[in-house]
Amino acid sequence: MSTVDKPRPLPIEPTRPFWDALAQHRITIPRCDRCGTWVWYPRPRCPGCLSNELTWTPVTGAGTVHTSTVTRQPIHPAFADETPQVQAIVELDVGVRMTTTLVDVEPRVVEVGTAVEPVFDDGPDGITLLRFRPVRRATDPSVSAGPPSPGRR
Amino acid sequence: MTGGLRGEAVVAGVAEYAPERRYLGPRVMTLEQWGDLAAMALDDAGIPAGDVDGLVCSTVRESDMFVPATIAEYLGWRVDYAERVDLGGATPVGMVWRAAAAIELDLCEVVVCAAPARPTPSLPAHMPRAWSPFGASSAIMGSPQAEFDIPYGNLAQNGGYAMIANRYAAEFGYDPRATAKIAADQRTSACANPDAVFFDTPITIDDVLASKVVADPLHVLEIVMPCAGGAAVVVTSAERARRAGSPHRPVHVVGCGEHLAHKTPTYTPDLVRTPVGHAADRAFAMAGLARHEVDVVEPYDCYTITVLLTIEDSGFCGKGEGMAFVRDHDLTYRGDFPVNTHGGQLGFGQAGLAGGFSQLIEGVRQVRGACGGRQVADCDIAFVTGTGGIMSEQAAVLLRGG
Repeated sequence: MSTVDKPRPLPIEPTRPFWDALAQHRITIPRCDRCGTWVWYPRPRCPGCLSNELTWTPVTGAGTVHTSTVTRQPIHPAFADETPQVQAIVELDVGVRMTTTLVDVEPRVVEVGTAVEPVFDDGPDGITLLRFRPVRRATDPSVSAGPPSPGRR
Repeated sequence: MTGGLRGEAVVAGVAEYAPERRYLGPRVMTLEQWGDLAAMALDDAGIPAGDVDGLVCSTVRESDMFVPATIAEYLGWRVDYAERVDLGGATPVGMVWRAAAAIELDLCEVVVCAAPARPTPSLPAHMPRAWSPFGASSAIMGSPQAEFDIPYGNLAQNGGYAMIANRYAAEFGYDPRATAKIAADQRTSACANPDAVFFDTPITIDDVLASKVVADPLHVLEIVMPCAGGAAVVVTSAERARRAGSPHRPVHVVGCGEHLAHKTPTYTPDLVRTPVGHAADRAFAMAGLARHEVDVVEPYDCYTITVLLTIEDSGFCGKGEGMAFVRDHDLTYRGDFPVNTHGGQLGFGQAGLAGGFSQLIEGVRQVRGACGGRQVADCDIAFVTGTGGIMSEQAAVLLRGG
Protein backbone atom coordinates (compact mmCIF):
# COMPACT_ATOMS: atom_id res chain seq x y z
CA MET A 1 0.00 0.00 0.00
CA SER A 2 1.36 3.35 -0.98
CA THR A 3 1.66 6.10 1.58
CA VAL A 4 1.06 8.74 -1.08
CA ASP A 5 -2.45 9.33 -2.40
CA LYS A 6 -2.88 8.17 -5.93
CA PRO A 7 -3.81 10.88 -8.40
CA ARG A 8 -7.43 10.21 -9.39
CA PRO A 9 -9.48 11.63 -12.25
CA LEU A 10 -11.36 14.80 -11.45
CA PRO A 11 -14.17 14.84 -14.01
CA ILE A 12 -15.12 18.15 -15.56
CA GLU A 13 -18.40 18.90 -17.21
CA PRO A 14 -17.51 17.76 -20.75
CA THR A 15 -16.07 14.46 -19.48
CA ARG A 16 -18.50 13.56 -16.69
CA PRO A 17 -20.84 11.44 -18.86
CA PHE A 18 -17.95 9.09 -19.59
CA TRP A 19 -17.14 8.58 -15.91
CA ASP A 20 -20.81 8.29 -14.95
CA ALA A 21 -21.35 5.54 -17.52
CA LEU A 22 -18.11 3.83 -16.61
CA ALA A 23 -19.18 3.65 -12.97
CA GLN A 24 -22.13 1.61 -14.27
CA HIS A 25 -19.69 -0.57 -16.23
CA ARG A 26 -20.72 0.89 -19.56
CA ILE A 27 -18.29 2.51 -21.99
CA THR A 28 -19.44 5.48 -24.02
CA ILE A 29 -17.29 7.44 -26.43
CA PRO A 30 -18.20 10.77 -28.05
CA ARG A 31 -18.74 10.52 -31.79
CA CYS A 32 -18.99 13.48 -34.12
CA ASP A 33 -22.40 13.85 -35.73
CA ARG A 34 -20.91 15.79 -38.62
CA CYS A 35 -17.81 13.85 -39.69
CA GLY A 36 -18.17 10.55 -37.83
CA THR A 37 -14.89 10.82 -35.93
CA TRP A 38 -14.71 8.87 -32.69
CA VAL A 39 -13.26 11.32 -30.19
CA TRP A 40 -10.90 10.20 -27.44
CA TYR A 41 -10.37 11.67 -24.88
CA PRO A 42 -13.77 13.35 -24.49
CA ARG A 43 -13.93 17.03 -25.34
CA PRO A 44 -16.72 19.30 -26.49
CA ARG A 45 -15.43 19.84 -30.02
CA CYS A 46 -14.40 17.23 -32.57
CA PRO A 47 -10.66 17.31 -33.34
CA GLY A 48 -11.54 16.23 -36.88
CA CYS A 49 -13.76 19.17 -37.82
CA LEU A 50 -14.30 21.30 -34.68
CA SER A 51 -18.02 20.58 -34.71
CA ASN A 52 -19.56 20.75 -31.27
CA GLU A 53 -22.30 18.30 -32.13
CA LEU A 54 -21.13 15.04 -30.63
CA THR A 55 -23.13 12.11 -29.36
CA TRP A 56 -22.13 9.79 -26.53
CA THR A 57 -22.10 6.42 -28.22
CA PRO A 58 -21.89 3.04 -26.46
CA VAL A 59 -19.03 0.71 -27.39
CA THR A 60 -18.21 -2.80 -26.16
CA GLY A 61 -14.67 -1.99 -25.05
CA ALA A 62 -13.25 -4.75 -27.23
CA GLY A 63 -9.85 -3.82 -28.60
CA THR A 64 -6.24 -4.78 -29.13
CA VAL A 65 -2.92 -3.91 -27.57
CA HIS A 66 -1.30 -1.15 -29.64
CA THR A 67 1.83 -1.29 -27.49
CA SER A 68 2.82 -2.00 -23.91
CA THR A 69 5.73 -1.91 -21.47
CA VAL A 70 6.52 -2.99 -17.95
CA THR A 71 7.58 -0.13 -15.72
CA ARG A 72 9.93 -1.65 -13.20
CA GLN A 73 10.54 1.51 -11.20
CA PRO A 74 7.69 3.74 -10.07
CA ILE A 75 8.07 7.13 -11.69
CA HIS A 76 5.83 8.52 -8.96
CA PRO A 77 5.70 7.24 -5.37
CA ALA A 78 1.92 6.83 -5.50
CA PHE A 79 2.32 3.94 -7.92
CA ALA A 80 4.95 2.06 -5.95
CA ASP A 81 2.37 -0.53 -4.89
CA GLU A 82 1.45 -1.23 -8.53
CA THR A 83 5.06 -1.73 -9.69
CA PRO A 84 5.88 -3.63 -11.84
CA GLN A 85 3.01 -2.28 -13.85
CA VAL A 86 2.05 -3.32 -17.38
CA GLN A 87 1.31 0.00 -19.01
CA ALA A 88 -0.37 -0.07 -22.38
CA ILE A 89 -1.99 1.83 -25.15
CA VAL A 90 -5.13 -0.05 -26.17
CA GLU A 91 -6.88 0.60 -29.46
CA LEU A 92 -10.62 0.02 -29.25
CA ASP A 93 -12.30 -1.59 -32.22
CA VAL A 94 -13.80 1.80 -33.13
CA GLY A 95 -10.25 3.13 -33.58
CA VAL A 96 -9.59 5.33 -30.55
CA ARG A 97 -6.47 4.72 -28.45
CA MET A 98 -6.52 4.87 -24.68
CA THR A 99 -3.92 4.99 -21.95
CA THR A 100 -4.47 2.09 -19.57
CA THR A 101 -2.86 -0.80 -17.73
CA LEU A 102 -3.19 -4.49 -18.45
CA VAL A 103 -4.26 -6.67 -15.55
CA ASP A 104 -4.45 -10.42 -15.00
CA VAL A 105 -1.12 -10.79 -16.80
CA GLU A 106 2.42 -11.62 -15.82
CA PRO A 107 4.63 -8.52 -15.60
CA ARG A 108 5.98 -8.70 -19.12
CA VAL A 109 5.43 -6.92 -22.40
CA VAL A 110 2.15 -8.09 -23.93
CA GLU A 111 2.36 -8.70 -27.64
CA VAL A 112 1.11 -5.99 -29.97
CA GLY A 113 -2.22 -7.00 -31.46
CA THR A 114 -3.33 -9.11 -28.48
CA ALA A 115 -7.12 -8.96 -28.16
CA VAL A 116 -8.25 -7.38 -24.90
CA GLU A 117 -11.48 -6.82 -23.02
CA PRO A 118 -12.38 -4.17 -20.46
CA VAL A 119 -11.93 -4.54 -16.71
CA PHE A 120 -13.90 -2.08 -14.59
CA ASP A 121 -11.81 -1.07 -11.62
CA ASP A 122 -14.20 0.55 -9.14
CA GLY A 123 -12.65 2.95 -6.65
CA PRO A 124 -13.99 4.02 -3.26
CA ASP A 125 -14.24 7.59 -4.55
CA GLY A 126 -16.97 6.57 -7.02
CA ILE A 127 -14.58 6.73 -9.95
CA THR A 128 -14.08 3.60 -12.04
CA LEU A 129 -10.86 3.21 -14.02
CA LEU A 130 -10.93 1.39 -17.33
CA ARG A 131 -8.26 -1.29 -17.39
CA PHE A 132 -7.99 -4.18 -19.82
CA ARG A 133 -7.00 -7.84 -19.84
CA PRO A 134 -6.25 -10.24 -22.64
CA VAL A 135 -9.30 -12.11 -23.89
CA ARG A 136 -9.00 -15.57 -22.42
CA ARG A 137 -8.62 -18.40 -24.83
CA ALA A 138 -8.09 -21.90 -23.51
CA THR A 139 -4.85 -22.43 -25.43
CA ASP A 140 -3.40 -18.95 -25.42
CA PRO A 141 0.03 -19.09 -23.75
CA SER A 142 0.22 -15.30 -23.40
CA VAL A 143 -2.58 -15.37 -20.85
CA SER A 144 -1.54 -16.53 -17.45
CA ALA A 145 -3.26 -16.96 -14.18
CA GLY A 146 -1.46 -13.89 -12.87
CA PRO A 147 -2.46 -11.76 -9.94
CA PRO A 148 -6.04 -10.52 -9.99
CA SER A 149 -7.02 -6.98 -10.88
CA PRO A 150 -5.77 -4.56 -8.27
CA GLY A 151 -8.26 -3.44 -5.69
CA ARG A 152 -8.32 0.25 -5.07
CA ARG A 153 -6.19 1.45 -2.17
CA MET B 1 10.97 25.37 -51.60
CA THR B 2 10.87 29.13 -51.76
CA GLY B 3 11.11 31.29 -48.71
CA GLY B 4 12.44 30.19 -45.38
CA LEU B 5 15.78 31.14 -43.91
CA ARG B 6 18.34 32.56 -46.33
CA GLY B 7 21.31 31.67 -44.14
CA GLU B 8 22.04 35.28 -43.25
CA ALA B 9 22.04 34.68 -39.49
CA VAL B 10 24.91 33.03 -37.66
CA VAL B 11 25.49 31.48 -34.28
CA ALA B 12 28.33 33.78 -33.29
CA GLY B 13 28.77 33.01 -29.61
CA VAL B 14 28.31 29.97 -27.39
CA ALA B 15 28.72 29.32 -23.67
CA GLU B 16 28.14 26.31 -21.48
CA TYR B 17 28.51 25.36 -17.87
CA ALA B 18 30.10 21.92 -17.99
CA PRO B 19 27.47 19.46 -16.73
CA GLU B 20 27.88 18.20 -13.17
CA ARG B 21 26.18 15.15 -11.71
CA ARG B 22 26.56 16.51 -8.18
CA TYR B 23 26.60 20.28 -8.16
CA LEU B 24 28.53 21.56 -5.17
CA GLY B 25 28.99 25.19 -6.21
CA PRO B 26 27.09 28.18 -4.90
CA ARG B 27 23.35 28.17 -5.52
CA VAL B 28 22.24 31.27 -7.33
CA MET B 29 18.90 32.29 -8.78
CA THR B 30 17.99 31.66 -12.41
CA LEU B 31 18.22 35.32 -13.42
CA GLU B 32 21.79 35.50 -12.15
CA GLN B 33 22.68 32.37 -14.12
CA TRP B 34 20.99 33.90 -17.19
CA GLY B 35 23.20 36.96 -16.93
CA ASP B 36 26.32 34.91 -16.35
CA LEU B 37 25.73 32.64 -19.36
CA ALA B 38 24.73 35.58 -21.56
CA ALA B 39 27.91 37.46 -20.65
CA MET B 40 30.03 34.43 -21.53
CA ALA B 41 28.27 33.87 -24.85
CA LEU B 42 28.52 37.57 -25.80
CA ASP B 43 32.19 37.49 -24.88
CA ASP B 44 32.67 34.47 -27.16
CA ALA B 45 30.98 36.42 -29.97
CA GLY B 46 32.97 39.58 -29.25
CA ILE B 47 29.77 41.62 -29.06
CA PRO B 48 29.15 44.13 -26.23
CA ALA B 49 26.11 43.55 -24.02
CA GLY B 50 24.73 46.98 -24.94
CA ASP B 51 24.20 45.78 -28.50
CA VAL B 52 21.71 43.07 -27.52
CA ASP B 53 18.32 43.87 -29.03
CA GLY B 54 16.60 40.49 -28.81
CA LEU B 55 16.20 37.68 -26.31
CA VAL B 56 14.66 34.23 -26.32
CA CYS B 57 14.02 32.51 -23.01
CA SER B 58 12.14 29.66 -21.48
CA THR B 59 11.29 29.42 -17.78
CA VAL B 60 12.95 31.15 -14.86
CA ARG B 61 12.53 30.22 -11.25
CA GLU B 62 11.66 33.77 -10.23
CA SER B 63 8.55 34.30 -12.34
CA ASP B 64 5.87 32.16 -13.93
CA MET B 65 4.85 34.90 -16.33
CA PHE B 66 6.32 37.94 -18.07
CA VAL B 67 9.65 36.17 -18.26
CA PRO B 68 11.16 38.10 -21.21
CA ALA B 69 10.42 41.46 -19.58
CA THR B 70 11.83 40.22 -16.30
CA ILE B 71 15.08 39.21 -18.00
CA ALA B 72 15.35 42.38 -20.10
CA GLU B 73 14.90 44.56 -17.05
CA TYR B 74 17.31 42.54 -14.92
CA LEU B 75 20.07 42.61 -17.56
CA GLY B 76 19.46 46.19 -18.67
CA TRP B 77 18.51 45.31 -22.21
CA ARG B 78 16.11 47.24 -24.47
CA VAL B 79 14.95 44.63 -26.94
CA ASP B 80 12.89 44.76 -30.12
CA TYR B 81 12.25 41.02 -30.15
CA ALA B 82 11.44 38.90 -27.11
CA GLU B 83 10.05 35.44 -26.94
CA ARG B 84 9.52 32.58 -24.58
CA VAL B 85 9.79 29.14 -26.15
CA ASP B 86 7.99 26.20 -24.56
CA LEU B 87 9.01 23.09 -26.47
CA GLY B 88 10.61 20.94 -23.79
CA GLY B 89 13.83 19.42 -25.10
CA ALA B 90 13.23 21.00 -28.50
CA THR B 91 13.38 24.44 -26.92
CA PRO B 92 17.03 25.32 -27.73
CA VAL B 93 16.73 24.36 -31.42
CA GLY B 94 13.39 26.17 -31.51
CA MET B 95 15.00 29.23 -29.92
CA VAL B 96 17.82 29.42 -32.44
CA TRP B 97 15.72 29.20 -35.59
CA ARG B 98 13.31 31.79 -34.18
CA ALA B 99 16.22 34.11 -33.44
CA ALA B 100 17.60 33.56 -36.95
CA ALA B 101 14.19 34.29 -38.47
CA ALA B 102 13.79 37.46 -36.41
CA ILE B 103 17.23 38.64 -37.59
CA GLU B 104 16.44 37.91 -41.23
CA LEU B 105 13.18 39.84 -40.83
CA ASP B 106 15.31 42.75 -39.65
CA LEU B 107 13.43 42.92 -36.38
CA CYS B 108 16.68 42.88 -34.44
CA GLU B 109 20.37 42.14 -34.89
CA VAL B 110 21.82 40.54 -31.74
CA VAL B 111 19.72 37.88 -29.97
CA VAL B 112 20.71 36.01 -26.83
CA CYS B 113 19.09 32.62 -26.16
CA ALA B 114 19.78 30.89 -22.85
CA ALA B 115 18.75 28.00 -20.63
CA PRO B 116 20.22 28.10 -17.11
CA ALA B 117 19.97 24.76 -15.31
CA ARG B 118 21.96 24.87 -12.11
CA PRO B 119 20.18 24.30 -8.79
CA THR B 120 18.74 27.44 -7.27
CA PRO B 121 18.59 28.29 -3.55
CA SER B 122 16.19 26.24 -1.45
CA LEU B 123 12.74 27.71 -1.01
CA PRO B 124 11.17 28.34 2.39
CA ALA B 125 8.74 25.54 3.26
CA HIS B 126 5.61 27.61 2.67
CA MET B 127 6.54 28.65 -0.88
CA PRO B 128 4.97 26.79 -3.80
CA ARG B 129 7.25 24.14 -5.26
CA ALA B 130 8.66 24.67 -8.72
CA TRP B 131 9.41 20.97 -9.03
CA SER B 132 6.61 18.56 -9.78
CA PRO B 133 6.69 14.81 -9.11
CA PHE B 134 4.67 14.40 -12.30
CA GLY B 135 7.58 15.42 -14.54
CA ALA B 136 6.47 16.83 -17.86
CA SER B 137 2.93 15.56 -17.30
CA SER B 138 0.36 18.07 -16.12
CA ALA B 139 -1.58 17.01 -13.05
CA ILE B 140 -3.64 20.19 -13.07
CA MET B 141 -7.42 19.66 -13.03
CA GLY B 142 -8.84 19.83 -16.54
CA SER B 143 -5.60 18.69 -18.14
CA PRO B 144 -6.32 15.63 -20.29
CA GLN B 145 -3.25 13.97 -18.80
CA ALA B 146 -4.50 14.53 -15.25
CA GLU B 147 -7.78 12.85 -16.10
CA PHE B 148 -6.98 10.14 -18.63
CA ASP B 149 -3.28 9.25 -18.31
CA ILE B 150 -1.78 9.94 -14.90
CA PRO B 151 -4.37 7.90 -12.93
CA TYR B 152 -3.07 4.82 -14.75
CA GLY B 153 0.51 5.54 -13.74
CA ASN B 154 1.32 6.86 -17.21
CA LEU B 155 3.32 9.99 -16.52
CA ALA B 156 6.71 11.49 -17.25
CA GLN B 157 8.82 9.86 -19.94
CA ASN B 158 10.11 6.33 -19.36
CA GLY B 159 6.89 4.42 -20.03
CA GLY B 160 6.06 6.38 -23.16
CA TYR B 161 9.46 5.91 -24.76
CA ALA B 162 9.42 2.24 -23.83
CA MET B 163 6.03 1.82 -25.49
CA ILE B 164 7.31 3.55 -28.62
CA ALA B 165 10.26 1.12 -28.65
CA ASN B 166 7.95 -1.88 -28.32
CA ARG B 167 5.66 -0.64 -31.06
CA TYR B 168 8.74 -0.21 -33.25
CA ALA B 169 9.74 -3.78 -32.39
CA ALA B 170 6.38 -5.07 -33.56
CA GLU B 171 6.47 -3.15 -36.84
CA PHE B 172 10.13 -3.43 -37.81
CA GLY B 173 11.94 -5.68 -35.35
CA TYR B 174 14.22 -4.69 -32.50
CA ASP B 175 17.88 -5.38 -31.91
CA PRO B 176 18.85 -4.59 -28.31
CA ARG B 177 22.52 -4.69 -29.30
CA ALA B 178 21.94 -1.95 -31.87
CA THR B 179 20.27 0.45 -29.45
CA ALA B 180 22.93 -0.40 -26.86
CA LYS B 181 25.57 0.40 -29.47
CA ILE B 182 24.19 3.93 -29.75
CA ALA B 183 24.91 4.41 -26.03
CA ALA B 184 28.33 2.75 -26.28
CA ASP B 185 29.45 4.68 -29.38
CA GLN B 186 28.33 7.98 -27.88
CA ARG B 187 30.19 7.10 -24.70
CA THR B 188 33.36 6.65 -26.77
CA SER B 189 32.91 10.24 -27.92
CA ALA B 190 32.17 11.36 -24.34
CA CYS B 191 35.53 9.86 -23.40
CA ALA B 192 37.13 12.32 -25.83
CA ASN B 193 35.28 15.27 -24.28
CA PRO B 194 36.74 16.47 -20.97
CA ASP B 195 33.50 18.36 -20.20
CA ALA B 196 31.34 15.22 -20.38
CA VAL B 197 30.06 13.79 -17.09
CA PHE B 198 31.13 10.35 -18.32
CA PHE B 199 34.56 11.44 -19.55
CA ASP B 200 37.01 8.60 -18.88
CA THR B 201 34.21 6.11 -18.27
CA PRO B 202 33.89 3.91 -21.36
CA ILE B 203 31.10 1.37 -21.68
CA THR B 204 30.49 -1.57 -23.98
CA ILE B 205 27.34 -2.90 -25.59
CA ASP B 206 27.35 -5.68 -23.00
CA ASP B 207 27.60 -3.14 -20.17
CA VAL B 208 24.46 -1.43 -21.49
CA LEU B 209 22.57 -4.71 -21.81
CA ALA B 210 23.67 -5.75 -18.31
CA SER B 211 22.39 -2.52 -16.76
CA LYS B 212 19.05 -2.43 -14.97
CA VAL B 213 15.87 -2.44 -17.04
CA VAL B 214 13.79 0.59 -16.11
CA ALA B 215 10.86 0.04 -18.46
CA ASP B 216 11.12 -2.84 -20.92
CA PRO B 217 13.14 -2.68 -23.19
CA LEU B 218 14.98 0.42 -21.92
CA HIS B 219 18.08 -0.07 -19.78
CA VAL B 220 19.25 2.60 -17.41
CA LEU B 221 22.35 3.20 -19.57
CA GLU B 222 20.02 4.06 -22.48
CA ILE B 223 18.42 6.91 -20.51
CA VAL B 224 19.88 10.36 -19.91
CA MET B 225 21.53 11.30 -16.65
CA PRO B 226 20.00 14.47 -15.16
CA CYS B 227 22.61 16.94 -14.00
CA ALA B 228 23.34 20.59 -13.38
CA GLY B 229 24.56 22.98 -16.07
CA GLY B 230 23.37 25.68 -18.40
CA ALA B 231 23.98 27.14 -21.83
CA ALA B 232 23.56 30.24 -23.95
CA VAL B 233 24.13 31.24 -27.56
CA VAL B 234 24.29 34.52 -29.43
CA VAL B 235 22.61 34.65 -32.82
CA THR B 236 23.35 37.65 -35.01
CA SER B 237 23.62 38.69 -38.63
CA ALA B 238 26.66 37.47 -40.55
CA GLU B 239 27.50 41.09 -41.19
CA ARG B 240 27.38 42.00 -37.48
CA ALA B 241 29.52 38.98 -36.59
CA ARG B 242 32.12 40.07 -39.14
CA ARG B 243 32.22 43.57 -37.66
CA ALA B 244 32.75 42.08 -34.21
CA GLY B 245 36.05 40.71 -35.46
CA SER B 246 35.28 37.27 -34.02
CA PRO B 247 38.12 34.76 -34.40
CA HIS B 248 35.57 31.99 -34.99
CA ARG B 249 34.45 30.67 -38.32
CA PRO B 250 30.90 31.95 -38.86
CA VAL B 251 28.26 29.22 -38.49
CA HIS B 252 25.19 30.02 -40.56
CA VAL B 253 21.69 28.79 -39.75
CA VAL B 254 20.72 27.64 -43.24
CA GLY B 255 17.64 25.51 -42.67
CA CYS B 256 15.04 24.76 -40.03
CA GLY B 257 11.85 22.88 -39.42
CA GLU B 258 9.54 22.09 -36.54
CA HIS B 259 6.54 19.83 -36.06
CA LEU B 260 4.22 18.87 -33.24
CA ALA B 261 0.78 17.36 -32.97
CA HIS B 262 0.40 15.71 -29.59
CA LYS B 263 1.54 15.82 -26.00
CA THR B 264 0.85 12.25 -24.89
CA PRO B 265 1.93 9.55 -27.35
CA THR B 266 -1.33 7.66 -26.81
CA TYR B 267 -2.96 10.27 -29.02
CA THR B 268 -0.45 10.47 -31.86
CA PRO B 269 -1.62 8.91 -35.11
CA ASP B 270 1.68 7.02 -35.52
CA LEU B 271 4.02 6.21 -32.65
CA VAL B 272 6.98 5.24 -34.80
CA ARG B 273 6.92 7.83 -37.60
CA THR B 274 7.99 10.79 -35.58
CA PRO B 275 7.56 14.55 -36.04
CA VAL B 276 11.24 15.11 -36.78
CA GLY B 277 10.71 13.60 -40.24
CA HIS B 278 8.56 16.53 -41.30
CA ALA B 279 10.92 19.01 -39.60
CA ALA B 280 13.98 17.50 -41.29
CA ASP B 281 12.40 17.48 -44.75
CA ARG B 282 11.63 21.15 -44.37
CA ALA B 283 15.10 22.00 -43.08
CA PHE B 284 16.91 20.17 -45.89
CA ALA B 285 14.65 21.65 -48.57
CA MET B 286 15.14 25.14 -47.14
CA ALA B 287 18.92 24.74 -47.05
CA GLY B 288 19.11 23.12 -50.46
CA LEU B 289 21.23 20.37 -48.94
CA ALA B 290 21.15 16.60 -49.29
CA ARG B 291 21.52 14.14 -46.43
CA HIS B 292 24.85 12.85 -47.72
CA GLU B 293 26.34 16.35 -47.48
CA VAL B 294 25.99 16.37 -43.68
CA ASP B 295 29.28 15.95 -41.80
CA VAL B 296 27.98 15.54 -38.25
CA VAL B 297 24.56 14.54 -36.93
CA GLU B 298 23.72 15.79 -33.45
CA PRO B 299 20.31 14.29 -32.64
CA TYR B 300 18.55 14.87 -29.33
CA ASP B 301 19.11 11.73 -27.27
CA CYS B 302 17.00 11.51 -24.14
CA TYR B 303 16.87 7.76 -24.91
CA THR B 304 18.66 5.54 -27.41
CA ILE B 305 15.37 4.90 -29.22
CA THR B 306 15.11 8.67 -29.82
CA VAL B 307 18.42 8.59 -31.70
CA LEU B 308 17.41 5.57 -33.73
CA LEU B 309 14.08 7.09 -34.76
CA THR B 310 15.67 10.47 -35.49
CA ILE B 311 18.33 8.98 -37.78
CA GLU B 312 15.63 7.05 -39.58
CA ASP B 313 12.88 9.64 -39.80
CA SER B 314 15.33 12.39 -40.74
CA GLY B 315 16.11 10.36 -43.83
CA PHE B 316 19.66 9.14 -43.22
CA CYS B 317 18.41 5.61 -43.86
CA GLY B 318 15.13 4.04 -44.89
CA LYS B 319 12.20 3.54 -42.53
CA GLY B 320 12.73 0.38 -40.55
CA GLU B 321 16.42 0.21 -41.45
CA GLY B 322 17.72 2.07 -38.41
CA MET B 323 18.87 -0.96 -36.44
CA ALA B 324 20.94 -2.26 -39.38
CA PHE B 325 22.23 1.25 -40.07
CA VAL B 326 23.49 1.58 -36.49
CA ARG B 327 25.10 -1.86 -36.62
CA ASP B 328 26.81 -1.06 -39.93
CA HIS B 329 28.23 2.35 -39.02
CA ASP B 330 30.71 3.65 -36.48
CA LEU B 331 28.81 6.47 -34.77
CA THR B 332 31.79 7.79 -32.80
CA TYR B 333 33.53 11.07 -33.57
CA ARG B 334 36.16 9.11 -35.51
CA GLY B 335 33.60 6.97 -37.32
CA ASP B 336 32.05 6.96 -40.78
CA PHE B 337 28.76 8.46 -39.50
CA PRO B 338 29.55 10.67 -36.50
CA VAL B 339 26.55 11.05 -34.18
CA ASN B 340 26.52 13.14 -31.02
CA THR B 341 30.23 13.78 -31.14
CA HIS B 342 30.25 15.39 -27.68
CA GLY B 343 28.92 12.17 -26.20
CA GLY B 344 25.29 13.10 -26.59
CA GLN B 345 23.28 13.88 -23.53
CA LEU B 346 23.67 10.20 -22.68
CA GLY B 347 27.41 10.70 -22.28
CA PHE B 348 27.71 14.44 -21.74
CA GLY B 349 24.81 14.84 -19.31
CA GLN B 350 21.37 16.39 -19.49
CA ALA B 351 21.24 19.69 -17.66
CA GLY B 352 17.55 20.42 -17.90
CA LEU B 353 16.67 22.48 -20.96
CA ALA B 354 20.37 23.13 -21.53
CA GLY B 355 20.61 19.48 -22.59
CA GLY B 356 19.21 20.36 -25.98
CA PHE B 357 21.73 23.18 -26.27
CA SER B 358 24.55 20.64 -25.93
CA GLN B 359 23.74 19.24 -29.38
CA LEU B 360 23.45 22.69 -30.91
CA ILE B 361 26.66 23.99 -29.37
CA GLU B 362 28.53 20.83 -30.37
CA GLY B 363 27.32 21.36 -33.95
CA VAL B 364 28.61 24.94 -33.84
CA ARG B 365 31.96 23.88 -32.38
CA GLN B 366 32.42 21.08 -34.92
CA VAL B 367 31.76 23.49 -37.80
CA ARG B 368 34.14 25.99 -36.20
CA GLY B 369 36.75 23.27 -36.05
CA ALA B 370 37.12 23.87 -32.31
CA CYS B 371 36.55 20.37 -30.94
CA GLY B 372 40.14 19.41 -30.28
CA GLY B 373 40.63 15.67 -29.91
CA ARG B 374 37.09 14.82 -31.01
CA GLN B 375 37.10 17.09 -34.07
CA VAL B 376 35.55 15.59 -37.19
CA ALA B 377 37.82 16.42 -40.14
CA ASP B 378 36.61 18.96 -42.71
CA CYS B 379 33.34 19.54 -40.91
CA ASP B 380 31.20 22.05 -42.79
CA ILE B 381 27.62 20.99 -42.18
CA ALA B 382 25.92 19.91 -38.96
CA PHE B 383 22.38 18.59 -38.59
CA VAL B 384 20.96 19.22 -35.11
CA THR B 385 17.62 18.15 -33.68
CA GLY B 386 15.65 18.77 -30.52
CA THR B 387 12.94 16.59 -29.02
CA GLY B 388 10.43 17.60 -26.39
CA GLY B 389 8.05 15.50 -24.35
CA ILE B 390 7.65 11.97 -25.66
CA MET B 391 8.55 12.45 -29.30
CA SER B 392 5.95 15.19 -29.07
CA GLU B 393 7.53 18.35 -30.37
CA GLN B 394 10.62 18.14 -32.54
CA ALA B 395 12.72 20.74 -34.30
CA ALA B 396 15.70 20.56 -36.64
CA VAL B 397 18.33 23.01 -37.87
CA LEU B 398 21.12 22.78 -40.40
CA LEU B 399 24.30 24.70 -39.64
CA ARG B 400 26.84 25.52 -42.33
CA GLY B 401 30.30 27.00 -42.05
CA GLY B 402 30.90 30.27 -43.87
